[in-house]
Amino acid sequence: MWDWGAFFHYLHNTYLLTGAGVTLALSLASLAIGLCCGTLAALMRMSRNPLLSKPAAFYIWLMRGTPVLVQLIIIYTGLPQLGIRLNVIESSLIGLGLNEGAYLAEIIRAGILAVPRGQFEAARSVGMTHAMTMRIIVLPQAMRIIIPPLGNTFNSLLKTTSLASVISMEELLRRTEVLIQVQFKVLEIFIVAALYYLVMTTIWGFIQERLEAHFSRSHAAPKDEAGAEAALQPNARIEKVLLSHDAQ
Amino acid sequence: MTRSDAACGTANGSGPWMLEIENIHKRFGPLTVLRGIDMRVAKGEVVVIVGPSGGGKSTFLRTLNHLEKPDEGRVKVDGQLIGCEERNGRLVALPDSRVAVQRRQFGMVFQQFNLFAHMTALENITAAPIKVLKVPREEAVAEARRLLALVGLPDKEKAYPEQLSGGQQQRIAIARALALKPKVMLFDEPTSALDPEMVSDVLKVMLDLSEGGMTMVVVTHEIGFARMAADRAVLIDGGVIVEEGPPDAFFANPQHERTRKFLSKVLDHRAT
Ligand SMILES: Nc1ncnc2c1ncn2[C@@H]1O[C@H](COP(=O)(O)OP(=O)(O)OP(=O)(O)O)[C@@H](O)[C@H]1O
Ligand SMILES: [Mg+2]
Repeated sequence: MWDWGAFFHYLHNTYLLTGAGVTLALSLASLAIGLCCGTLAALMRMSRNPLLSKPAAFYIWLMRGTPVLVQLIIIYTGLPQLGIRLNVIESSLIGLGLNEGAYLAEIIRAGILAVPRGQFEAARSVGMTHAMTMRIIVLPQAMRIIIPPLGNTFNSLLKTTSLASVISMEELLRRTEVLIQVQFKVLEIFIVAALYYLVMTTIWGFIQERLEAHFSRSHAAPKDEAGAEAALQPNARIEKVLLSHDAQ
Repeated sequence: MTRSDAACGTANGSGPWMLEIENIHKRFGPLTVLRGIDMRVAKGEVVVIVGPSGGGKSTFLRTLNHLEKPDEGRVKVDGQLIGCEERNGRLVALPDSRVAVQRRQFGMVFQQFNLFAHMTALENITAAPIKVLKVPREEAVAEARRLLALVGLPDKEKAYPEQLSGGQQQRIAIARALALKPKVMLFDEPTSALDPEMVSDVLKVMLDLSEGGMTMVVVTHEIGFARMAADRAVLIDGGVIVEEGPPDAFFANPQHERTRKFLSKVLDHRAT
């Protein structure tokens, strides 16, 4: 039987809410680690120097070719065999962060490749160094391409963190399971947990929309010349690149 | 000695020239694009370069400001060597950050404008002065407004490139290049991507610049502009200078068969 009383009771249970907080913190921290690793890997991967591009390609291949669950278990349970002992939080952050980084690397690389060659050249021609060109000219433009798929991977990440429950990370799913073992309200408590995930992903959806609008502001502005229509075509092409990337 | 060191050659004294280019060679893999180009340009001189597609005109311009590193030969601006430095009597190639500093002595204008797409017209002009030269913002903005007026677009400072016509974008691109107070301006077919009715706006700005005493190297097939503004016309084909001379003689009475062939093609094309 469905127990409404229990449902409403667990809806504001501090133990579960704290678990949701841990899920959110874990997702944000993994995203931050992933963005660092991902940007670095993307830039290395695009380097002409094989000593940089090959290791980056290997990292991306390895992380994307194996399940996160297996990676987490290897890091937490397997590495101690080699004398590397990481606690639950370290293992979760490294596992999820490195995995996220590999996916983000490909997204960031696609974003940078979508910035026309002429933008690099113009930046160099006004005396910017390679690093300045990337930071001031290329990455801000790549953001427009990067944000939609990045938002989607963060949405996935919010849910993927639940895998860390397997190595006993005290996030939302783990706490839900613990609670069920003492309270036996399986459906009610799981539905509450599902609602928490839903709230987090929905709020993120709104934030993502705002970010997308922000980074495409130079393209959303109204035209004041018929001649500008022609300039639209390259962007239509970029949008297509983006869509096809998204679909992969 | 690395190959890039070899590209520096030996240092010599400087003459009265704004631009001294010696024996520039450039290869892309197996393809040799430039086969030894020499050129000297006096202060305030305007040189127009013409030539068939694939002849190496763009590559030549790009080796001048070291967007492409020449494999051999050297470039001096106002007596200063670009891309190399003399150290203990030896010439060594400079790292990217130092070449970037030297590159500011050139302003470059591209066929496809290449305005920074995520910045307004004003930001396009102020970006390099603020970020590269560390000019205070107010100062950079005031200078940018002066340049916008100079290219005839004082009311477009808030417009993004996508909202501007090709001719307007190109004039902003010229203003962006001028904002670094370059000693030499390089133009690579600045009007080839424009609708015919916008070409004259851009050429007028370039004409004003040349009258103001700017040293300019211009790749263009606008023969009218060349005759009016250029001190010298040069034909580059197959990676070498085939012919050069004063524009009137060069266009009316070319000496070389290749020049004649090329010019008749361009003029035919213009007539139809
Ligand atoms: N980065 C590059 N890598 C390989 N080949 C290149 C590169 N840049 C130019 N080339 C080749 O060098 C040759 C000369 O090109 P360049 O662009 O200098 O010619 P151009 O005279 O400017 O021609 P156009 O009038 O078509 O602009 C061409 O064959 C071109 O394909
Ligand atoms: Mg060219």
